[in-house]
Amino acid sequence: MIKLNLFYKSIIFSSLFVIFDGYLIQKLPVWYNVGTFLIIYFFVSKINKYNFINLKEEHSTQVILFDFLTLFGILFFSFVILFPFYMMLVTSFKTQIALLVNPLDFSINFAQGLKELFNSYFVIFKSYNFGKYIITSTIVSVGTVIITLLFAIPAAYAVARLNFFGKTFLSTSILIIYMFPAIVLVIPLYTIFSQLGLRNSIEGLLIVYTATTLPVAIYMLQGYFKSIPKELEEAAILDRLSWFGIITKIIIPLSIPAISSVALYVFMIAWNEFLFSLMFLDNPNSFTLSRAIQYLSGDAETPRQYLMAGSVIVTLPVLFIFVYFEKYLVSGLTAGSVKG
Amino acid sequence: MNDTLANTEKKTAYILTLPAVLLVFAIILFPIFANVWISFKEVELKDIRIPEPRAKKIVKSIAEESSKIKILYKLRNSSLIQEIRDVSFQDNFPKNFEIVNLDPRCDYKNYNLKCEFGNWPAKYRENFQVIFETNDGSKIDKKKLKSIKPKLDGKSDNVLLNTNFTLKNFKKVLFDNEFIDLLLTTFYYTFFGTVGSIIFGILTAQMVNQKFYGRTFMRSVLLFPYVAPVVALAYTWELLLDPNSGTLNSLLINYQIIETPINLLGQKYIEISVLGFDFKLRLALTTVIMFEIWRYFPLAFLFILARLQAIPKELYEAADVDGASPFQKFFKITLPQITAVISILFMIRFIWNFNKFEDVFLLTGGASGTRTLPINVYQQGFAISDIGMGSAVSIVIVVLLLMFMFFYFKLLGKRVDEN
Repeated sequence: MIKLNLFYKSIIFSSLFVIFDGYLIQKLPVWYNVGTFLIIYFFVSKINKYNFINLKEEHSTQVILFDFLTLFGILFFSFVILFPFYMMLVTSFKTQIALLVNPLDFSINFAQGLKELFNSYFVIFKSYNFGKYIITSTIVSVGTVIITLLFAIPAAYAVARLNFFGKTFLSTSILIIYMFPAIVLVIPLYTIFSQLGLRNSIEGLLIVYTATTLPVAIYMLQGYFKSIPKELEEAAILDRLSWFGIITKIIIPLSIPAISSVALYVFMIAWNEFLFSLMFLDNPNSFTLSRAIQYLSGDAETPRQYLMAGSVIVTLPVLFIFVYFEKYLVSGLTAGSVKG
Repeated sequence: MNDTLANTEKKTAYILTLPAVLLVFAIILFPIFANVWISFKEVELKDIRIPEPRAKKIVKSIAEESSKIKILYKLRNSSLIQEIRDVSFQDNFPKNFEIVNLDPRCDYKNYNLKCEFGNWPAKYRENFQVIFETNDGSKIDKKKLKSIKPKLDGKSDNVLLNTNFTLKNFKKVLFDNEFIDLLLTTFYYTFFGTVGSIIFGILTAQMVNQKFYGRTFMRSVLLFPYVAPVVALAYTWELLLDPNSGTLNSLLINYQIIETPINLLGQKYIEISVLGFDFKLRLALTTVIMFEIWRYFPLAFLFILARLQAIPKELYEAADVDGASPFQKFFKITLPQITAVISILFMIRFIWNFNKFEDVFLLTGGASGTRTLPINVYQQGFAISDIGMGSAVSIVIVVLLLMFMFFYFKLLGKRVDEN
């Protein structure tokens, strides 16, 4: 006989049960079958744990309840989180009529052909210039990453390694500045930028985004730089390498993982940023994606599937980056790096 | 030798940190001071634009006199409210141009027309006309003539730089009838959002800390709301909660839980009766808080999960030997171990929620009882276009935050001493 692990065994057993059950009582909704499947799966997969000896123990009811709550929690939270994302995607594939006729249709109609399916996407690219907004958003985000790293790497190196007057002050003020609210900066920056003619310009956004992400970047990088063994640099100093040489030839090659995770974070912050782009951009020629979607929604007649198509476009890169580089990113998140 | 080495180290450090420090100073610290300055001034959005003298050059040929040309400058003051002083004007002409009529305010030397127009009041307009003649009778290239742009210069007061201060803005903010309501709304939003996200964070962290299939996947899914762009999420929620064709209302009506759709984001109050007690729930505010909890519990989740994974296993094993139930283990071991993280989280989330602008702005725009202080900054500054008022509100935010931090650290410091 083939040896199956418990996971597959429980899935097979519970599906068989649900198929039988569904055959016998056919009028019940799908939810009922899904629920039965999960309950049975839950108990079967824990069958080793729920043996006679364990069940005799004092707190066995609580143990089962705890396990069951865990399963329920997994289902509940997966649903609560993924459902809005799913609806975003589904809505973007629908037509106006389909949306109004049956709001409870959660399926994607693949039979209507690719051109119909992606109609909303074609429209927002053609009539609402989304191609341009994607380019602007990319330029702003990538630009912010590059400038932030250019400023942050030397500064982080100095904070991590060198002794100078005001070092502790600098490293504590980094954290305080990081906590400081963006809404407080908006009005003075708006006035200063309008007088300097920096509003509605990509340069203006780049400056603000760089300044707001710098404290985080320095904080994360200096933590990593401190973990690099000092002996390497001491050898380099004996070789009469300048600080520029030390940074480019020793520090940067050794901290590629940290630098790339900082880069990804800064990219995500800049890509998602909304407040400053709302304040500084009022000319559609210089809109970023987020601002463009908000502008689109300002017109009450914009069909919602277009709005959702735009939302899918702005969300996909971020989620892709996040899922793909999750390992790097989660440790950084715990360092409190993404402000929100 | 040692001394010089330390000196070079210092110098290098300053060189390395200077660019970053300067940028942060210019964009973050300086605006905070500027905010204080502006908040004591009466400034409106329209005052911000610096008035400029402008001239539009129009070239007209004169009938039957091909060697003569008329040039009309439409002069104006770009500002509707401020005067410009000592306006000077300069324009260059080709090397064969002689002036026919010279305005008394002007001077023509070396084919360069210079004028001093004196002071221009607000909204000032003038049609200034000059006639030229070529001294060799050759034909005039109108396009080339038009392509030379005149230069204008003038001095004007910058409302932002003068020293007229007033307390009017703060009086208006603090003695406004709605100020208490504004504070309460902000407090509800911040407090319940913070507490809710921490509770959900504890639940999910406890959940993911168990062993089950697909645990790493679950961990990334739980972080989705936190990393996705707020614009996309807010509009998706709006779509789900829409009273006319939103998914939630349709579902509830379909299963006959409610009869008429509820406008979750547009209704200020809803009357609920529980056990015979009728009370009014602030509906739109509750929905906005729900969104906030949904979006920010992942941060609490991550922090608490990291802490949970660091709790030594021996503690639980010892509890098992003593025959503790799972709930006892949670309340007696897990919870005391994560209190430190929770108190840090409470502070971080409280501060950030207090300043949260985007979420409320995108969901309700501050309507139906969801106007928080940050929304008020925007509304005063840009909707009513009173920059000074907006600044004053943001100063109120900063002061409240500093007070919160002060009390928080005092309280926390005391508790640390007691332990």
